[in-house]
Amino acid sequence: MSKFLNDPEDAVAEALRGFARCHADLVQLSEQPRFVARRNRVPGKVAIVSGGGSGHDPLHAGFVGRGMLDAAVPGEVFSSPSVEQILAAAQSVADDAGLLCLIKNYSGDIMNFELAMELFDLPHAEVVIEDDIGAAGGGETVGRRGVAGTVVVEKIAGAAAERMAGLTECADLARSVAEATRTMGVALGGCRVPTADRPNLELAPGEMEIGIGIHGEPGRRRAPVAPADDIAEELVYALLSDLAPPPGEPLLLFVNGLGGTPPMELQILYRAAVRMIEGRGLAVARSLVAPLVTSLEMPGASITLTRMNDRFLQLWDDPVVTPGLRWGA
Amino acid sequence: MTSASPAPTRSAEARALDALATLCQRLLAAEDELDALDRAIGDGDHGHNLSRAARRLDEVRDTLANLALPDLLRRAGSEIVMSVGGASGPLYGTLLMETGKALPVAPSLAEWATAFAAGVAGLAKRGRAAEGDKTMLDVLAPASRALAVHAGGGRAAALAAMQAAGRQGLEDARPLRARRGRAAYVGERAAGADDPGAASALLCLSTITELLGGES
Repeated sequence: MSKFLNDPEDAVAEALRGFARCHADLVQLSEQPRFVARRNRVPGKVAIVSGGGSGHDPLHAGFVGRGMLDAAVPGEVFSSPSVEQILAAAQSVADDAGLLCLIKNYSGDIMNFELAMELFDLPHAEVVIEDDIGAAGGGETVGRRGVAGTVVVEKIAGAAAERMAGLTECADLARSVAEATRTMGVALGGCRVPTADRPNLELAPGEMEIGIGIHGEPGRRRAPVAPADDIAEELVYALLSDLAPPPGEPLLLFVNGLGGTPPMELQILYRAAVRMIEGRGLAVARSLVAPLVTSLEMPGASITLTRMNDRFLQLWDDPVVTPGLRWGA
Repeated sequence: MTSASPAPTRSAEARALDALATLCQRLLAAEDELDALDRAIGDGDHGHNLSRAARRLDEVRDTLANLALPDLLRRAGSEIVMSVGGASGPLYGTLLMETGKALPVAPSLAEWATAFAAGVAGLAKRGRAAEGDKTMLDVLAPASRALAVHAGGGRAAALAAMQAAGRQGLEDARPLRARRGRAAYVGERAAGADDPGAASALLCLSTITELLGGES
């Protein structure tokens, strides 16, 4: 697949320059060390910082703004940001109210955030997001991967911080949202990192990978592509089996595109997922259908479910004004 | 008439700096090979990340050249930790930093072995990994033990033993499933493949053995 590139090594820097210029009302870009910060920060508010490899746009930089993140730290494509980037972002946005780091569960992200926080001297808390139940292995030793459920955690924790909740409250809330959230994905093809000469995942035409990770990591099963309803049903069944929501508990249903799948197909999956969930006597209280945690040009989708409560629902509905997510303002 | 002048001897710092420079060249040359190993069971960027580390060390070469051996290793490690990112930045950076911390200014081979063991322990702690998890530790831990055991027998023999133990470690880990890092998610598919971190660790050990194993 051809790509719009100049020097592939410059892809992340050039994309961020475009992004920052386009959304100059909301964010500002630091190029060295590289991070994206919210333009109109609120003094005395808990600062929320997230980060990770690039290539998942709009995650994370696209969620910097009012009611979500104060800074995002983009690494190279699919590679964790460095300690000096994380530390510079933290120092730039945090004050005595403290810093909450939202970290997707990858060993590189964990280690770089951990090393940065060892050098950071304001109050801080870390919450690790591990929502992906798709992988065949790793659950016992490294935990689950952090994927699309990160959006739900960032939105709800971001709303609490905007309401001036304290650090402990924001961290506890983020942790409880993360624990109530599960995701599973499916890919119909791979994607190619700009600096690489071949895709990360080799799928034959007509094949799908159930349980795909957002870097092309293998999932749990490879099979011929099935009808959309069957695929949605397999994902939703796995999620409901894992989350086991009691009847009547409100659910958030988030159908996410992985980058190469058009909105039309995401709505086909969403319609099937809603039907299946409601058919089991459960309530879809909030919905989101959009490519928000992508894997470059990967054709595919993921489905995320969060067990909601009144507090989560209120914070979810709070205004958010970011390049990637915007409502209620 | 000949006047006996002492043969020019290179300082331990100069040798370490040269070894580091050659190591960086070898890592740059191995980028594609390490990326290919990583693509099989991970995300395909291990070689690319190590190239970033190599370029950063090259950029700060003049700074490193003014430092005593322990500080040289600590500073090289800290540069990698601060700038590289990925998983390999924190791991290799911690290895160098912790080795440097445990190193005296003019170390004997036995003191090198002790410091290397401290570096490997620091790396294991940072990565929350143990031997047998199919990581770089499967190469570095047995290599560091072999260096300690053979430290009394001359540098060439000790380094050769270290390198051989590392190679054996890579081979022993080959049939295993990964328990740490991104390869842990691929389950059975990792068995039979080499861990990219273990492969780059062995490349480092082999380079060091080749460069320093001949000098007394």
